[in-house]
Amino acid sequence: MLQNIAIGQYVPGQSFLHRADPRSKLLFIILFATLIFLANNTVTYAILIGFTLYAALLSRLSLSYILKSLKPVWILILFTVVLHIFITKGGTVYFQWGWFTVEEEGVRQAIFISLRLGLLILISSLLTLTTSPIDLTEGLERLLGPLGKIGIPVHDIALMMSIALRFIPTLMEETDKIIKAQTARGANFTSGSLVRRAKNLIPIAIPLFVSAFRRAEELALAMEARGYRGGVGRTRLNKLTFTWRDGIVAVASVILVIVIGWWRT
Amino acid sequence: MNEDNLLALRDVSYTYDGEDGQRVPVLQGVDLTIQKGSFVSVLGHNGSGKSTMAKLMNALLLPEGGTVLISGMDTKDGELLWEIRRHVGMVFQNPDNQIVGATVEDDVAFGLENMGVDPKEMRDRIDEALVSVGMESYLQAQPHRLSGGQKQRVAIAGIMAMRPSVIILDEATAMLDPQGRMEVLNLARQLNRDEGLTIINITHFPEEAIYSDKVIVMNAGEVLMEGTPSEVFNEVDRLKQVGLDVPFAVRLRHALHSKGIDLPFVLHQEELVEHVCKLLLTK
Repeated sequence: MLQNIAIGQYVPGQSFLHRADPRSKLLFIILFATLIFLANNTVTYAILIGFTLYAALLSRLSLSYILKSLKPVWILILFTVVLHIFITKGGTVYFQWGWFTVEEEGVRQAIFISLRLGLLILISSLLTLTTSPIDLTEGLERLLGPLGKIGIPVHDIALMMSIALRFIPTLMEETDKIIKAQTARGANFTSGSLVRRAKNLIPIAIPLFVSAFRRAEELALAMEARGYRGGVGRTRLNKLTFTWRDGIVAVASVILVIVIGWWRT
Repeated sequence: MNEDNLLALRDVSYTYDGEDGQRVPVLQGVDLTIQKGSFVSVLGHNGSGKSTMAKLMNALLLPEGGTVLISGMDTKDGELLWEIRRHVGMVFQNPDNQIVGATVEDDVAFGLENMGVDPKEMRDRIDEALVSVGMESYLQAQPHRLSGGQKQRVAIAGIMAMRPSVIILDEATAMLDPQGRMEVLNLARQLNRDEGLTIINITHFPEEAIYSDKVIVMNAGEVLMEGTPSEVFNEVDRLKQVGLDVPFAVRLRHALHSKGIDLPFVLHQEELVEHVCKLLLTK
């Protein structure tokens, strides 16, 4: 039942975006998000939309699949649109009904803000769609590495994240087993009121927690037995390396900054 | 210090804190010597102290009394801790709870990363270790897609990559199906034979002990018996007294013996079959 759930959204592949270094992808996202908020007219938005679509093309994933990532947020986008249309005033009045008006500025803001949201979501899902969780963790660890100097345990946090990712399938299987065992004892998880169903989750959650703690303890012992002693003096098997792809990402970033800076009003 | 004595426990004792604050002794006055390159089985009941003994050999626990020596290194010497852990690898009972990496390759690399091995050398050592356990075609596989026996083999590869001299299997076969158990045991015997590794197999399956050079029987924190499999399993009644079973062939021969049918002592089922056939033919 739970076995087919993918971890994150990662779709394995060999495209340009898949093979770019996670660090450059992460840095690019930060830059792109800033540019989205700097965009303030039709031309700059058009450039950003064009760029996002081109990036989507580069990922070699189907556009409809990428657009699916907007699904969880469309209510938020709709809400923003409605709010702006009704509340933001200014410019030509397009529509009037009693005290209620729809004005030029409102429509403009509604379109721009929903575009901002949409673009942000799309570009960050391109990251998670083309980067495996392990690479993402490693990229984050390396980017945040300097924070280690001011006492933030970056290595430990990254290791915790990668172990958590590694144990997701194991704990899923376990949940599946517990659900079956409790069902065999007559528990009912599929009917009754919402409160009743929520209460029924307790006999799943408790054994799961108990076993997770036991696993954690055993894992810690196994790690120690294999000579784990924290991040000091540790080497890594997969060293992230920048390639020509990351050079292209850097060049594209510079061009984007110049173009947006030039066209924005 | 004799070079051949790879592992030595000298008058070792250890005490756990019980649930009601009482001190529960788990090991008392254990004296053991394990020869380099031997295959040793440790048999014993739950709570006989056999797992504690394993943890003492890898410096996961330190003895309260006595000393544990690994190739002459005292486990109490903090400076030698990492060297000892590299020398003595441990495979635990639950295959899921000892795999750290998200892929087979990452997991085998874990111990090497801890040791600070150069990434270029790491690649070679990982390949070598995976070949030695016959898992080389699973380099990129995710651990949860493997069978129990395969997971334990990956765990062994993770230790092999660190080039140890001893591998302790701490009930490593207890959670496996019969096929997985065979896989792991055959691998352990092969590593012992071909690579000259010392193997210490802690188990409660007497069948697993028949191929070993030496069998150690633990009971209530003490070494009850020590000897070759034939010596140990010959004392069926004494083993039964402490609630331990013997291999099938030994049990059957013992039962026949008490019915007045006399057969020579054997450990392996095939040998017993031969003897029984011979007896039937000569009658």
